[in-house]
Amino acid sequence: MIEIQDVTKRFGDFTAVNNVSLRVEAGEFITLLGPSGCGKTTLLRMLSGFETPDAGVIRIGGEDVTHLAPYRRNVNQVFQSYALFPHMTVRENIGFGLRMQKVASAEAARRIEEVVALVALQGFEDRKPTQLSGGQRQRVALARAIVPRPSVLLLDEPLSALDAKLRGQMQIELKRLQKHLGMTFVFVTHDQEEALTMSDRIAVFNRGRLEQLGTATEIYHQPQTAFVADFIGEANLLPAELISRGETTARVRIEGGLELTVSAAQWPADVTRALVSVRPEKVHVSKKPVECENVFEARVTEELFQGALDRLDLEFTGGTKLTAVVANESALLEAIHAGDRVWCGLHTDDLVVVRME
Amino acid sequence: MQALPSDLSDSPHAKRPRVWGWVLLAPMIAWLALFVIVPMGILFVYSFCSRDDLGRVVFEFTWDNYRRVFDPIYLAVLGRSVGYAALTTALCVMLGYPVAWFIARQREEVRNRLLLLVMIPFWTSFLIRTYAWITILKSEGLLNGFLLSAKVIPAPLEILYTPAAVVIGLVYAYLPFMILPIYGSAEKLDNALVDAAHDLGAGPVRAFSEVIVPLTWPGIAAGVLLVFVPAIGMFAITDLMGGAKVPMIGNVIQNQFFKARNWPFGAALGVVFTMMFIFAYALLQRRGARHSQS
Repeated sequence: MIEIQDVTKRFGDFTAVNNVSLRVEAGEFITLLGPSGCGKTTLLRMLSGFETPDAGVIRIGGEDVTHLAPYRRNVNQVFQSYALFPHMTVRENIGFGLRMQKVASAEAARRIEEVVALVALQGFEDRKPTQLSGGQRQRVALARAIVPRPSVLLLDEPLSALDAKLRGQMQIELKRLQKHLGMTFVFVTHDQEEALTMSDRIAVFNRGRLEQLGTATEIYHQPQTAFVADFIGEANLLPAELISRGETTARVRIEGGLELTVSAAQWPADVTRALVSVRPEKVHVSKKPVECENVFEARVTEELFQGALDRLDLEFTGGTKLTAVVANESALLEAIHAGDRVWCGLHTDDLVVVRME
Repeated sequence: MQALPSDLSDSPHAKRPRVWGWVLLAPMIAWLALFVIVPMGILFVYSFCSRDDLGRVVFEFTWDNYRRVFDPIYLAVLGRSVGYAALTTALCVMLGYPVAWFIARQREEVRNRLLLLVMIPFWTSFLIRTYAWITILKSEGLLNGFLLSAKVIPAPLEILYTPAAVVIGLVYAYLPFMILPIYGSAEKLDNALVDAAHDLGAGPVRAFSEVIVPLTWPGIAAGVLLVFVPAIGMFAITDLMGGAKVPMIGNVIQNQFFKARNWPFGAALGVVFTMMFIFAYALLQRRGARHSQS
């Protein structure tokens, strides 16, 4: 549906989008994820036509739209600020796109009614945007963007202005709506949790470059770069050096002297130094010795109660530090506290190796 | 941003500012009462009086002055004045809107510098600037000199002391009064709204007429008022640049007071004139309210 080919965009000396290529399939929910200034919004604005690439080609539905004006594209956007027309009612806002397309008024009225029902705004048709709550405005913006039936819907952090609870609800509603419409959604966010919840695939951006493209599971369990490992969820990143390499496993030494066994397939063939990434929830902590490929003794330097979870800062002999997150029940049962000496186990399969930057 | 006024009145401190508001407004109210309301009252009373042979006001009730206002001669002058002022206002909107829009879309430092340029003419006396225009427009002036030497025209253009010169002078004098209020509205307009209009399929013309104009309407209305009202009563420019050949209502009123020494008739002209403005203003307000109500 969308083909982005070697696209670059510069603003003066700053390269906002650096040689990005990306394919989005029809009916897919894809999220462009990254910290602010990573280029995700600029890429979105090039899809909507508000920015023109300095290099590269963008095709939508097979048509080269690289230099096509926004009002000639069959693409609609939900703006971060919603950008509802303050001088128009909800009905007029939603009908604006249809009026521009010169859709006959009976047909337009029917489609507006349909979409109003879809986003549950019945009874609010004659209100002005200022008479609506944040969540309602958000739904008007959504209705206005989908009613012209674009081939692609672009969403620029549309949930960022909502409170946490409403945001959670809207995430589920958006996903359901996207499936119902079968429309291609390109969603921009800096919120990794939001990305993991809704997306079919996630494109992680950093400093204008596409770091990794994959499903939520792939991105989470198989990060390909240190940035992705650190940005999606949480990760302990341990600088390591290769000692020996076997058929299925490799032996590495991490800073501080501890030795670990990692899967040989994980270690890049061409380097001797890399980063070992391990998720805090994959660190097994117990007062009794644990069954694991990698077992160490550690001291708990800090314990942080976080409700359902307990967060432990561990220190190993040699000074290596690691953060572990354990379910609180076990913490209660075994009562691990700051100062305790514990056993810590790391499964080989949970150790992901990423290249140094 | 449109919710702001109601937000304020909902606040628990809304009562105190109201009392203080009146205290702070008192000097201005006193000023307006003394120098606007009272003179208007005097004018109103005079407009029903007559004059003696020496031009003194005689307090004897008469409708004669008003009857004379509607004499075809004066109606023609009034019509011409309205026409010139309307043309001036239209030209100011056409020239001023793009300028205001352009300035409003710049970065802040650039914006402030450009606004300064708009206001610089006010640093020089209005009369001096009008004389400068005379040296530009007269038959052996700068414009003709340039066009002749560039061989664009075979003979000097006669612009000065024609209606065209009057309109040029009026547009020049009042353009900043159109630019500034439109700028005020345009600067507040969220760019995302224009983007949204384009995104939904509105080309430049539709986006302008459907979104930009309605949302900058308060600025346009203020600009129209600020240009049309003084332009219709202007007499200095018509005297200097029109060579008193195309008298406007302002000239007629001025003449009644200073040359013909017929204060009651001048007053009647002034009253009719003021009524017209109030009517026009009410009309604009109603239009504006329809556009910007929230």
